[in-house]
Amino acid sequence: MSVSPQPAMPKSWRAESKPHKFCPGCGHGLVLKCLGEAIDELGIQDRVVFGCDIGCSLLSWDFFNCDSVQTHHGRTTPVMTGIKRANPDMICVAYMGDGGGYAIGIGGIVNAASRNEKVTVLLANNTVYAMTGGQMSPCTMPGQKVETAPYGRDPEATGMPTQGPEMISAITGDGAYVARGTTSNLKQLKSYIKKALQNQIDGRGFSFVEALAGCPTNWRTNAEKTWAFIEKEMTQYYKVGEKKNPFEAKKEAQQNG
Amino acid sequence: MSEKPITGEKRVFMTGNEVVAWACLAAGADIMYGYPITPQNEIMHYWTRQIPKYGRKFLQTEDELSAGFTTVGGVLAGLKAFTATAGPGNTLMQEPMSMAEMMRLPVVTIVQQRGGPSTATVIYSQQEVTMTTQGGNGEGIRIVYSPSNHQELFDYTLKAFNTAWKYRFPTFVLGDGYQAKLRESVTLYDPEERGYVRVPSEKYVGKPGTPGVDREPGHYRNTYNTEEELFEVLQQHITDYEKMAPEVIEYAQDNVEDADLVIVAHGVVFRGVRDAVKELREEGYKVGFFRPITLRPFPAEQLKVIANKTKKLLIAESAQGQLAKLVKDAIYGATAEIVPLFRPGVGITTEQIVARAKEVL
Ligand SMILES: Cc1ncc(C[n+]2csc(CCOP(=O)(O)OP(=O)(O)O)c2C)c(N)n1
Ligand code: SF4
Repeated sequence: MSVSPQPAMPKSWRAESKPHKFCPGCGHGLVLKCLGEAIDELGIQDRVVFGCDIGCSLLSWDFFNCDSVQTHHGRTTPVMTGIKRANPDMICVAYMGDGGGYAIGIGGIVNAASRNEKVTVLLANNTVYAMTGGQMSPCTMPGQKVETAPYGRDPEATGMPTQGPEMISAITGDGAYVARGTTSNLKQLKSYIKKALQNQIDGRGFSFVEALAGCPTNWRTNAEKTWAFIEKEMTQYYKVGEKKNPFEAKKEAQQNG
Repeated sequence: MSEKPITGEKRVFMTGNEVVAWACLAAGADIMYGYPITPQNEIMHYWTRQIPKYGRKFLQTEDELSAGFTTVGGVLAGLKAFTATAGPGNTLMQEPMSMAEMMRLPVVTIVQQRGGPSTATVIYSQQEVTMTTQGGNGEGIRIVYSPSNHQELFDYTLKAFNTAWKYRFPTFVLGDGYQAKLRESVTLYDPEERGYVRVPSEKYVGKPGTPGVDREPGHYRNTYNTEEELFEVLQQHITDYEKMAPEVIEYAQDNVEDADLVIVAHGVVFRGVRDAVKELREEGYKVGFFRPITLRPFPAEQLKVIANKTKKLLIAESAQGQLAKLVKDAIYGATAEIVPLFRPGVGITTEQIVARAKEVL
């Protein structure tokens, strides 16, 4: 009987800190795998500074063989902005959850987006505050039961979930790249992340990718139900795709001569 | 571009905020991140007017959380980065500064105190002493200078960058609204001509080479998994801090040898105290002064010696006992009685100090 070999780790991953500390089946590891492969393919490991937030993303503080800064809850975008402004040669990646990005850190993101800061923000949307034990987050789905909405999120009382990429594409200027991918289509997610990094390398504008990611621990789901929730429920409301794509605009401009 | 901001010496008549901006230029500060709040605004105004000539940078952020955290980012990238704030802005600034304490980041912050609590007045107070020395969750592992005139604003702003980068603790210059807005004479100088040697900055992130290939990656964090892990890190920080303290502590004292009463004050209030002591001495009263210049680390041993000799310490401050807390902590067990002259949010004149001194002598 032949045993299939372990899939290779991205080169930019730090072997010493593996196996990583996320729960089995967690979406964070998949997003970070896409990020790692994108860094490898673009050959930018020596220029990347990886910033992670508070939340489960902080477990990735020593995830890469890249310089990394683990910051305060919601403040990763300003820290990466500060680095980028000080050293424009660095490729600054801010990594966070939906709580860190759309609740406490929204001021930082919106303003960095408005200023078209040349940084890349990667946000894992798992519909909950995971690390603190599954409270309602800005992205909790209507009707979804979470610790602080035990009878299900009621949009009447708490509003509708935040549509991050839609908002960010509306407020960014030319040159911004905005997309929503999902951990259930890693090839596509990686291509988005790669473009978000390339956009920064090209110095064009703010880059933002939201990734739909599972949290089986707080969702209390098995593998099958985790994927079903991502693929059948989340994608109904959170439409996957590119929302703003300067690469397309560039192509069109070239074609139009 | 690399033209020196100040050559030789220049006698000028300008506001404190302008002095600070020149000091930051002279110190070789590379970038300011800021958010408007009175009374520090003109630091940004003068900085942004001057920097195109000297190739320095500026970013106006969306709030002080961001101003503090972008400053942290600037330092991580290896630049001499600074920010300036006041009052409710200083409150917000404590979050990034606690990260700077945890990661030992030499962030320089100029605070021009205004009234409090909350938004209060935009003008003046000494009510940001507790917050600036102890703010944030943690131990207050930071350095705070309290200048009392424009010359010192220049000298200590310069010094703040060197102290910060030498010892790697966040460093504050604690001015106030009077100093910020008042115009007075000051000598600006080329620091190098006076033997000031710039402590070089250093990159935390983005050092040459590929991390994991030809160097270790820099992994900076402020979250620890276990109590013991944090304890160990803090023990090191605290040991470094205590080792540094005697080298950094500054204070001034006069007429304390035979004094029955020693007046303790810092910052702008010290100016009134200095004159009051002179006046009282001329009238034959045995009065002296003690002035902490570093509020943190505090010149505790030096003050304790005095507190064991004199009968009373009169503490004059434009706050309700924030300096007094530092003093009591420092002289614990000493024999002098503490008498207050607390006027939160307003200035204190020489006459008021003289009158109070006579009352308690
Ligand atoms: C200022 C502040 N408030 C609250 C917290 C507590 N806290 C830690 S993690 C977290 C939630 C993180 O959720 P999210 O950003 O969605 O990331 P996830 O854990 O889901 O990956 C919170 C509220 C904190 N660390 N700091
Ligand atoms: S709690 Fe959820 S988000 Fe956090 S590591 Fe576990 S599965 Fe991942």
